[in-house]
Amino acid sequence: MKKILLNRDFILFSIILIILIAVGFANPLFVTPKSISDVLTDTSILIILALSQMIVILIRAIDLSVASNLALSGMLISLLSTVHPELPVYYFIALSCVIGTILGVLNGISIAILKVPFIVTTLGTLSIYRGLIYFVSDGKQVYSNEFSEDFLALIHVKFLSLSFLFWLAVLVFIVIYILLNHTRFGRNLYSLGGNPDAAKYIGINENKYIIMAYSLSGFFAGLCGYLWVARYSVASTQIAIGFELTVISACVVGGISVMGGVGTVLGCVLGALLIGLIRNALPAVDISQFWQLAISGAIILLAIIINTKTEQRKEKTIMVEN
Amino acid sequence: MSIIPDKPPFKLLDILYKKEFILFVVLVSILIINSNISPYFLDLYNLIDSTFLFSEKAIIALTMTFVIIARQIDLSVASIIAVSSVVLGYTTSLGYDTWLVLLLTLLSGALCGAFNGAIITKFAIPSIIVTIGTMSLFRGLAYSFLEDSYYNKFPKLVGKLGGGYLYGYIPYAFLTFILLAFVFAFILHKTSVGKKIYSIGNNPDAAQYTGIAVDKYTFVLFTLNGLFSAIAAIFLSGRLSSVRPNIAFGWELEIITMVVLGGVYIYGGSGSILGVVISIFILGMLSFGLGLLNVPGVGIIIFTGLLLILSIGFPSFVRTLRRKNE
Amino acid sequence: MKKLFLVIISSILFAFSANAADMRIALVVKGLGIGFFEAAAEGGEEAAKEIGGVEVIYTGPATTTAEAQIEVINSLIAQKVDAIAISANDRDALASIGKKAMDRGITVISWDSGIAEEGRIMNLDPSNTALIGSSNIKWMKNSMGDEGEFAILSATSQATNQNAWIEEMKKEHAKPEYSKMKWVDTVYGDDLFDKSYQEALGLFKKHPNLKGIIAPTSVGIVAAAKAVEDQGLVGKVFVTGLGLPSEMKAHVKSGAAIQFGIWNPIDLGYSAVYLSHQIASGAYTGQEGECIPTGRMGEICIGAGNNAAMADPFIFDASNIDKFAEIF
Repeated sequence: MKKILLNRDFILFSIILIILIAVGFANPLFVTPKSISDVLTDTSILIILALSQMIVILIRAIDLSVASNLALSGMLISLLSTVHPELPVYYFIALSCVIGTILGVLNGISIAILKVPFIVTTLGTLSIYRGLIYFVSDGKQVYSNEFSEDFLALIHVKFLSLSFLFWLAVLVFIVIYILLNHTRFGRNLYSLGGNPDAAKYIGINENKYIIMAYSLSGFFAGLCGYLWVARYSVASTQIAIGFELTVISACVVGGISVMGGVGTVLGCVLGALLIGLIRNALPAVDISQFWQLAISGAIILLAIIINTKTEQRKEKTIMVEN
Repeated sequence: MSIIPDKPPFKLLDILYKKEFILFVVLVSILIINSNISPYFLDLYNLIDSTFLFSEKAIIALTMTFVIIARQIDLSVASIIAVSSVVLGYTTSLGYDTWLVLLLTLLSGALCGAFNGAIITKFAIPSIIVTIGTMSLFRGLAYSFLEDSYYNKFPKLVGKLGGGYLYGYIPYAFLTFILLAFVFAFILHKTSVGKKIYSIGNNPDAAQYTGIAVDKYTFVLFTLNGLFSAIAAIFLSGRLSSVRPNIAFGWELEIITMVVLGGVYIYGGSGSILGVVISIFILGMLSFGLGLLNVPGVGIIIFTGLLLILSIGFPSFVRTLRRKNE
Repeated sequence: MKKLFLVIISSILFAFSANAADMRIALVVKGLGIGFFEAAAEGGEEAAKEIGGVEVIYTGPATTTAEAQIEVINSLIAQKVDAIAISANDRDALASIGKKAMDRGITVISWDSGIAEEGRIMNLDPSNTALIGSSNIKWMKNSMGDEGEFAILSATSQATNQNAWIEEMKKEHAKPEYSKMKWVDTVYGDDLFDKSYQEALGLFKKHPNLKGIIAPTSVGIVAAAKAVEDQGLVGKVFVTGLGLPSEMKAHVKSGAAIQFGIWNPIDLGYSAVYLSHQIASGAYTGQEGECIPTGRMGEICIGAGNNAAMADPFIFDASNIDKFAEIF
């Protein structure tokens, strides 16, 4: 019992539940199925990006370029769609994923082959990818009326009254869950992050895993490029600017340790859900727009401290038992 | 134009292999390209004015250099600027004396920095995580305090500091940056404090064993970073003569870029103030030159990013190649 | 390698260098890529062609912030352009740089969104501020009926022109004929499409009985209309405000917007460049009481505080949207 209570995912889940109940009392309309489904839809992109960011964080790295990658992939397919609106939407999604993957591989190569530290590499590509949007689009936006109907329609498809975005996030969750928990790739990622020297000793090729982790991160950033553009029906140099920090916050709140090798897929999703919930709940309980940033900052900070405390307590217990 | 605040004794050949030398060559090339491309570049007034665009960031880059050498990072600096600017505007609106206004502004920045330092050392949480949180928290505080209002009245002195020139030529912000650069170069390279910061960055555990109070140093460095953000806030508010909560948005990454491009190793333990100063000039002259060709900021960041990756990737790539050939 | 790098950089740079003209007028906008300003730039080019010997430098920051705009203006001062016409992101922050430009002999005017008096020679409002404010409330009443809740979705919380219009809206709203229309909220989308969309969704959640949104910005109005459609609220929530017919056409057809307005952005850009030329050439001073001929726009007369207004806002609905969507 005590073990469950100290379980990080359980604590996070309880916090989410408490917030949900508290907001429900203040504004019953917030906890209707329709409203909850809206929150889930709104959080889906964050969940997908947090899960792919988790892969990178597990090996003691961070991908700061995801939001720029997303915006660049999104802009490129948007520009194509204005010229060739007749192409099927699946074509655009696939293309967006391919572009994203290429951008991710470039990150990986710079880190693994050129040996540029990950913060420097992704800080650099954060700027480069964002700047490229300006050059490919000539500073213009692609607006809602310039997209074809097909391009935008997919995002509004619903199944069991839950949105396409939500189901996609569920799918990504399942895929990454299996990938990290039931494949050798996943186990090796954990051991590389947990103890790189030991992992190299047993023959894990670190460079290969760095490049693969970043290409996965890029792939999902590309996917979200389509999703973002279709959801908001706009592509510009400004979309999703600064979103990388929200994504990293979600991972950190979800208990993915930046020291590598620690964190669960479920925790990561819960972290994203908590942040998505706060973002949606604050306006619902009539907290002014001006207070939202401070409050979500405070909650993130608090969650981080609680996380670290439980982690440290666990470490202590282990030491005593030994 | 370039100012070299720190001249360690050197042998002629050694210098060719130094990061600072490579950076210097890049800077000179940019100056040459700029003056060839735009007839407006080599103009005394223009060059002086261009320093306004980077002086405030450069002031924070100095303390950020210390923070990064000590194996930490601070993402909350731009948000601290927002907090301090609000304090500056608010205390002015209360009619306080100029010196009290400035004192409270500096205090607010130092407090924010100390808050970072306290959480990082007390709970032993990596600084990158803590400052991601306080980045939202601090800017959020500025938003919640200002709401849709703003301040546009400041003490005369602040306006003069932000936009004025000493003897009609040297902007105060730039002068402050240069003087502080000398001070910081001295502390880092010539004092025992500097040596301790390097050894903390090289290996915090070993430093602890040799009797360095690592936590105390970390706390002081973050407080200092907050204080300097407040100094930058005074110059910036004075220059803009207006404070809004989104002031200095996104500066944290620009400041870290300045430091890292200057050859400071992101995992701590190495780097010099000279390198950072040259890198500040590189970035400043690059964006000024491109600005003269009406390339907007979002276009300029491509070159910044490329410089950042190439400046570190290229030498290490050459080293790998050479090792393979051997 | 280094040589190659230099070659690449310089070849990219050369692509941007402009050719010389007798007079260079910079048209500085709040942010690049916004349809309204792109249309204004078209008008500016038209004026330049008509006058002859004028080069228009259309530029602006990527983010709608004052700092970024100051950087842009700084480099324009360095290029010694003859005139700068600015749509300001912050009336106070732009004043000191405007003053500096004037000290260096450059003609500075503001248009669309003004700069504080000491930072420019004159200011061209697109329309009478009070009229814009009262019109928005009237359009809201015509769209949602005279009873129910409505909210404002503005640009940034510090935007000069939007805040002035909102003040005027408050005055109009205080009149007895709007007593049953309840103003429940004011939120800010920062002229970013995704943020505005998100804020509109927040409004629906916070105010389940919401019947109308006034978005006095061309970015916000489209985002709000899109959000209404995506949430299946067409017929329940009505959007009005200031928007471009070309961008709003689909939303009028869907029923998310019944009636909205704006002035012609092409005319606005045209007038701004024309006025800049008239003042920079020394033909006129741009002071109170002067009436300056502005090409096809006739004469623009300058009032108190060196403010001038261009024209009344034009109203769009299902009957005329197709026609105007072709133009701007």
